[in-house]
Amino acid sequence: MPSIDDELSPLQLNRFQQLRHFLTIEGLSRKHLTDILDTADTFIEVGSRSIKKVPLLRGKTVANLFFEASTRTRTTFELAAKRLSADVLNINITTSATSKGESLSDMLRNLEAMAVDMFVVRHAQSGAPHFIAKSVTPRVSVINAGDGRHAHPTQAMLDMLTIRQHKHKFEGLKVAIVGDILHSRVARSQIQALNLLGAEEVRVIAPDTLLPPYIDQFGVKVFSSMKEGMRDVDVVIMLRLQKERMEGALLPSEQEFFRLYGLSQDKLVLAKPDAIVMHPGPINRGVEIESAVADGPQSVILNQVTNGIAVRMAVMSMAMSGQIAELTADEEVA
Amino acid sequence: MTSLIDVDAAMRDMVEKLKQLCAERNIDKPALVGIHTGGVWVARRLQSLLGWDGPVGELDISFYRDDFTRIGLNPKVKASSLPFETEGRDVVLVDDVIMSGRTIRAAMNELFDFGRPASILLVALMDVGGRDLPIQPDVVGASRRLQSNQRVKLLGPDPLAVELREKTGSS
Repeated sequence: MPSIDDELSPLQLNRFQQLRHFLTIEGLSRKHLTDILDTADTFIEVGSRSIKKVPLLRGKTVANLFFEASTRTRTTFELAAKRLSADVLNINITTSATSKGESLSDMLRNLEAMAVDMFVVRHAQSGAPHFIAKSVTPRVSVINAGDGRHAHPTQAMLDMLTIRQHKHKFEGLKVAIVGDILHSRVARSQIQALNLLGAEEVRVIAPDTLLPPYIDQFGVKVFSSMKEGMRDVDVVIMLRLQKERMEGALLPSEQEFFRLYGLSQDKLVLAKPDAIVMHPGPINRGVEIESAVADGPQSVILNQVTNGIAVRMAVMSMAMSGQIAELTADEEVA
Repeated sequence: MTSLIDVDAAMRDMVEKLKQLCAERNIDKPALVGIHTGGVWVARRLQSLLGWDGPVGELDISFYRDDFTRIGLNPKVKASSLPFETEGRDVVLVDDVIMSGRTIRAAMNELFDFGRPASILLVALMDVGGRDLPIQPDVVGASRRLQSNQRVKLLGPDPLAVELREKTGSS
């Protein structure tokens, strides 16, 4: 059955196969992902300067369109755009004209008329950023900041950057993704990225009720027991329990979930001694992960947050660059 | 291949001029900063010939270019690295070839984002003219005027040689 990605992933590349929008990991090549990681690496250094800004997107305008609540992701996108010297509009959708009955299309047309160059879109509906990318003018790039259960590609890429910083390569790595796989757009993007970058084995560890159907077709090994799944892994990625997306009771209780699938020190010892612990945040302490592990020496959770800015700077500048290359080529033809 | 200029002779000349200039201006132990890629090679060679110690700073000006809106991002960006304080320090900025002056403008903009240097001296192995901006080097190893279809490229890092290239077609 074709997925959203199969149908729409070519949309995010320009005719030169450069990033034009960033909507999903699927359909991209290992080189695309490596280029994003390499560019992000160069932006990390910018964060250590006395003036944490480069003039790359000076004169450009980025609009954060968050149709779904988010503080951390919106903040890091805003900071990334500002560090690239772009002007940033944060559109609060709940109080904006769409709640007064204006259609999404009219809102986008109005933002285009204000000469906005990039939309960063978060939406509860899977495929919304794709829909927007299809409808915008050639002078706008769209970045997916998380859509439904579908994808969260910048989060996946900041996770990849964090893994590469600590493990230096993906080949030979065993990575366990633990928890609420069913509702996680992050997990889906992580699995695609890890497989594309050459990880040896991607495991998912979750109760049956929190696994999507046909998960084994995603190129993962499925475990229902932490004891088995955690053995000898290099990276442990804990997921947040998406309680707001659960319809009905999928868990006996949070205490029971923590006992079986929460990351505690006694479960972490099953992984390799130098295994790193990750979590996309926000953390439910004592539910997905115990504080001693979240704040412990193997945790790289705060590195993930820092890397989020660099990755978003990379993706924004590369998408804008792809837009410019396409527009320049169009002008030469005209 | 034959180098367009005698790089070793040009480097020796640059060393003498730079020593003299630093003495005139009472500059002691300035920080050397090269512009990727050729400028870093020249800066390292200068460092060795001058016998100065300390690391050589490296600037990649890709994020500071003024033509991003025309040509986009350089796909091979390298991280800049200034492993020393530049705030209040005398800096010697080094590039391989100076032409329009736009690279130097971008490099100075970037330098100031690391801190405010006390002064900047500009050194270039070769000056080929064709300036778009009022930027002139303090020390130059060799000067040549090029025809409109000619460009030069520094090959290196060891040995250093300057190659003359002719543009073909519309590229």
